[in-house]
Amino acid sequence: MAITAKNLDKNEYFYGHKACAGCGGSLAVRAALKVLGEKSAAVLPAGCMSAVGFNFPQLCFGNNAIISMFAGTASMLTGVEAGLRRRGIKDFHAVGFAGDGGTADIGIQALSGAIDRGDDIIYICYDNEAYMNTGIQKSGLTPFGARTTTTPAGKNIRGNIRPKKNMFEIAAAHDIPYAATATIGYINDFMEKVDKASRIKGTKYIHVIAPCPTGWGIPVDATVEAAREIVDCGLWYLAEYENGEFKINRDPGEFTDPAEYLKKQGRFKHLTDEDVDVIIKSRDKKWEKIRREWK
Amino acid sequence: MKPYLREKKSFAFEDIPEDTCFEAGYLVTVNSGWRSRTPQIDNEKCIGCGQCYLYCPDGVIAMDGKTPVIDYDFCKGCGICAKICPKSAIELR
Ligand SMILES: Cc1ncc(C[n+]2csc(CCOP(=O)(O)OP(=O)(O)O)c2C)c(N)n1
Ligand code: SF4
Ligand code: SF4
Ligand code: SF4
Ligand SMILES: [Mg+2]
Repeated sequence: MAITAKNLDKNEYFYGHKACAGCGGSLAVRAALKVLGEKSAAVLPAGCMSAVGFNFPQLCFGNNAIISMFAGTASMLTGVEAGLRRRGIKDFHAVGFAGDGGTADIGIQALSGAIDRGDDIIYICYDNEAYMNTGIQKSGLTPFGARTTTTPAGKNIRGNIRPKKNMFEIAAAHDIPYAATATIGYINDFMEKVDKASRIKGTKYIHVIAPCPTGWGIPVDATVEAAREIVDCGLWYLAEYENGEFKINRDPGEFTDPAEYLKKQGRFKHLTDEDVDVIIKSRDKKWEKIRREWK
Repeated sequence: MKPYLREKKSFAFEDIPEDTCFEAGYLVTVNSGWRSRTPQIDNEKCIGCGQCYLYCPDGVIAMDGKTPVIDYDFCKGCGICAKICPKSAIELR
């Protein structure tokens, strides 16, 4: 169903939080909860969204919400879903909001287990491409070339030397009922995917790019723009996995220049033209495969 | 329920549960002090499209019919609304 400003739930369920101004992650949480509504039980592991949402007694969720251990988003979701079901509660959503570190690194085992069991949960990874809450350390989802405090940019090594882990396809490889990628830059697409996930039984995984002005070195009003550019220049893609098939939702055809996207960000300032070439080549390789194999 | 600001803490220290389970949507402080610039909507230019409402990370813009209204208690002044507005109807001052 198309979600618009008109038909969207007017209520806010993530309000008064202490995220930095312009925080992309907070927009992802806010938008998803507006789709899922008050009968959502949210699980948030250690990370920015729990740190800014629960400042006891300032509690910024209007629905039930709980902090989990860093590694345990998916396992706690399993328990929440089973517990509420056992108590006869119906029409609720057990939804998790975990960061990239909490998902692709420390929480990957619990997530894999939940998908394997087919637990009826929605797992949303808000990807700001580093461990932001502890001061910008590299995660498995930090892209090639990005400077973080653990991947500094110096004379010999220029930022992160490893490519971004492919979490979307890792989730899909479990033959999960539904997986999708999204970005807060195209918020309607994201909300429609959350809505779709809420109507599917079993485990659902949504991976949403959520720029962090603090960690990316961009102005606070540039997060939505950056989250659009990353898709438009082909460094991120909007796709779904359903019924065993991959589908690409939007092929920009001609990409905008990735150098423009990269050079605006403090974390990529040091990149040389050769580094940008490496990034473009890996993008083209990925898209060749996407265009060949995905519908 | 939308989280809302409580007028006064209606509990004493000994009422605070030790396990920190507490009422949802319980706000005790505003965010307006974070702001160095304040968005102002020009209702003449506004077409009521709701883009500012959709993209505000803090959810502080509500649509009253076709009119966007900002809750200045919780607006952080990020300026995303001004950038997203197709009619340049929002100015940061
Ligand atoms: C077991 C464990 N190890 C380390 C930490 C410290 N820690 C808290 S938040 C965080 C970073 C989270 O990064 P990410 O999951 O990407 O979320 P973000 O903060 O970027 O939103 C870390 C390392 C912890 N709370 N628990
Ligand atoms: S550090 Fe980044 S992710 Fe964390 S609250 Fe600030 S903007 Fe959001
Ligand atoms: S300045 Fe930022 S926080 Fe304030 S209304 Fe605009 S988008 Fe929302
Ligand atoms: S984005 Fe601009 S035109 Fe649209 S509702 Fe907001 S102020 Fe009005
Ligand atoms: Mg992160």
